Amino acid sequence: MTPDDFDFLRKMLRERSGLVLAAEKQYLAESRLLPVARKYNIASLGDLVQQLRVMPNSPLAVATVEAMTTNETFFFRDKLPYDHFRDTILPALVAAHDRDKRIRIWCAAASTGQEPYSLALIIRELAQKEPALAAYRFDILATDLSGDVLERARSGIYSQFEVQRGLPIQLLLKYFSQVGETWQIAPEIRAMVQFRTLNLLNDFSPLGRFDVVFCRNVLIYFDQPTKIQVLNRIARQIAEDGYLALGAAETVVGLTDAFRPLTEKRGLYVPNPAARDLEPLAMAGGARRGM
Amino acid sequence: MKTCLVVDDSSVIRKVARRILEGLEFTIEEAEDGEQALDACRRRLPEAILLDWNMPKMDGYEFLRLLRRLPGGDGPKVVFCTTENDVAHIARALHAGANEYIMKPFDKEIVEAKFQEVGLI
Repeated sequence: MTPDDFDFLRKMLRERSGLVLAAEKQYLAESRLLPVARKYNIASLGDLVQQLRVMPNSPLAVATVEAMTTNETFFFRDKLPYDHFRDTILPALVAAHDRDKRIRIWCAAASTGQEPYSLALIIRELAQKEPALAAYRFDILATDLSGDVLERARSGIYSQFEVQRGLPIQLLLKYFSQVGETWQIAPEIRAMVQFRTLNLLNDFSPLGRFDVVFCRNVLIYFDQPTKIQVLNRIARQIAEDGYLALGAAETVVGLTDAFRPLTEKRGLYVPNPAARDLEPLAMAGGARRGM
Repeated sequence: MKTCLVVDDSSVIRKVARRILEGLEFTIEEAEDGEQALDACRRRLPEAILLDWNMPKMDGYEFLRLLRRLPGGDGPKVVFCTTENDVAHIARALHAGANEYIMKPFDKEIVEAKFQEVGLI
């Protein structure tokens, strides 16, 4: 791959997915795109880029973008956001929704599904201890850029290695069945999650309003204007008494006033009423800057 | 520093486990079978036990049952670490008082995750 090819690839990734690939990461592009080239019977990465230049909207381009995204995830990753969900978010939302009894949750970068399934497991476990929860409807929407990883997520099938990273053994025993060398999550847990392909650069408004948004470990791959744009557009989809959970290395501070951090709840944010009063000008302005 | 007793008849597994657990700041004791492990526990109870299932003389399951009957034997967190990876074995282990369960092969991330899960880290 020539420097010119690599520059083309970086520009394409940024435009199509927001992913910022550092100039020194050519090795990463090469290691991830060689399997794509093989799959499409393309002789070299130079030829692959040539085809992308000629056919920018081909399945090859989709496969290229998907191959460059990072899908690292595991059950109950980082633990703390799930403690917040169980101990802070759910009790508050259950009290706030005692009339409509409907709570909507969005996992914005769900990858292979461990995050939405972890939330579903928490809800299911709590509902067994607190029968009043059984009257509530929990809708979990899990989106990701990659259709391939969502296919895996839908199947709910995980390797022995994957089910041992973060998943307590009691939950494995209770909610998974062994299928050969793999483990499949129970149908009733799979039924709690809807999966849908979504590019975070695209419009969120068709998704409706959410009470909780988990958008973890994806903003780190974006440049600053894109982070601002995504956060401001999430703010428009989140209920006034809703919550936003970000990854351990992510924050809203210095990016947007649409959310404020919750004191002593690291990684957890709530909509900022003061910023809502400024809507739509301030927030649309932020979004325009990022476009 | 917390102590972890590594019980496995394979010296290779004991060596790998020692390296991982020392990296997690545990002091390591070793035993080659259930009998040796029980003797070690009668002398001094460790905070954690990483326990193989199939071993000569006394297997891990039998060791666990006897450990839990010792005075203070309910104290150590016991994490099975075995090639027995079916639901029936896992259920038996938990019923006998295991706190967590690792299915071999394992790596540092899995050991760390399981030890975190039972509050050892």
